[in-house]
Amino acid sequence: MSATLNVSVWRGGADGAYRDYEVPRHESQTVLDVVTHIQRALDPTLAYRYACRVGMCGSCAMTVNGAPRWTCRTHVDKVYKNRKLEIAPLRNLPVIRDLVADMREFFDKWARARGQFRGARTKADDFARVAPGSEARKLVDAAIECIGCGVCYSACDVVAAIPEYLGPAALNRAWTLAKDERDTLGVDRLRAVAGDAGCHACHTHMSCTERCPKGLSPTAGISGLKRAVAGAALRGEL
Amino acid sequence: MSRWLALAHRLSGLALALFLPVHFWVLGRALELDAFLAWTEQPLVKFAEWGLVVLLALHLAGGLRVLMLEFLPWRDWAKGLAAGVAGFALAAGLAFALAL
Amino acid sequence: MNPRGETYLWIAQRASAAVLGLCVLVHLATIIYAVQGGLTGAEILARTRGNAGWLAFYAIFVAAVAVHAPIGLRSVLAEWLGWRGRGRDAALVAFALILAGLGMRAVLGVYA
Repeated sequence: MSATLNVSVWRGGADGAYRDYEVPRHESQTVLDVVTHIQRALDPTLAYRYACRVGMCGSCAMTVNGAPRWTCRTHVDKVYKNRKLEIAPLRNLPVIRDLVADMREFFDKWARARGQFRGARTKADDFARVAPGSEARKLVDAAIECIGCGVCYSACDVVAAIPEYLGPAALNRAWTLAKDERDTLGVDRLRAVAGDAGCHACHTHMSCTERCPKGLSPTAGISGLKRAVAGAALRGEL
Repeated sequence: MSRWLALAHRLSGLALALFLPVHFWVLGRALELDAFLAWTEQPLVKFAEWGLVVLLALHLAGGLRVLMLEFLPWRDWAKGLAAGVAGFALAAGLAFALAL
Repeated sequence: MNPRGETYLWIAQRASAAVLGLCVLVHLATIIYAVQGGLTGAEILARTRGNAGWLAFYAIFVAAVAVHAPIGLRSVLAEWLGWRGRGRDAALVAFALILAGLGMRAVLGVYA
């Protein structure tokens, strides 16, 4: 293990450039540790985003050596190939400055995919009881742990090609609600995720599934939506 | 890996879409078939024919990959699909080459 | 095109794909069998002429292709060339008709 790391960090907006830094190397060092060292010891003007540092909040995702990753749980040892560490903001989103991407469009698409829960009960009602072993509940369980980091969105080739495509995270969210037996939005949500800007644009490249730091498979949820929407269309409900 | 297969699936589909009108046009002139088949005896054309068979097999296997991902409940075997696609296209290409 | 129409296109694409999956397997097997010892026009026509089974098979094959290929091209045109909207869809309908027309002419050509 050499004593220092050669790090290139994106500086500026869309027309910015990489700047090189030398950062002391430590054991069990994460990419977020590297970025934090640069900001605290070398250049306080560096802009980046993080909060929890332990893989829960989903705010520290960046492009590391060409691939989107959550930086707080990515060890330098894993990605420091050819003695080079290149850190850039997430792809497929506008750059605000340095390593900070503008997440507005990403979350607006959650809303466009009708990603809000809508139930029929009030606080006067009893709890809804969902059988943990039911098929729908198991499908929801497999997809529910999304932390909204934007890694899948940044990895998706279809988002890159079709800017209005809702993307894996928003569609995954819609899927968990479509399978939630308490939710009442039903076919309205299916309509919102149908067609060329929705689930049917997915070509199952599976980049989202390969990249998701939580090990989720948005591709599976999107496939489920494709079938659910097609079923509604064939029944004349869409 | 899957995205490269998807690219191969797309490129083979594009090539087949361009080839099909020509294929149909030639077959539509059944009386001149033998003159055309004589033309296809050239080594370069033979090689192109082999390429078309591989493209067709590749597009078929790539399409089966998509259909399986979209219509079957899946988990871990999805990763093995890629190898299956490549293997099938190779096998079809080999079979055609041996039959020539 | 609206999301409902696009959903029907997706269904047509997948349904035709399922049909084509079977057709292409048969077609590939026929090719590999037929090229042994070289192809002749007489050999091809001996197999297809007056054979209602081959006529039905290839008619279905051509119809499925005419549905399948234009829908596939539709997303390629949008994603790689940025061509969307009515102009593209009209061009693809024309392509579908050309495929169906030339294809059926070919099928009838080797049948009759």
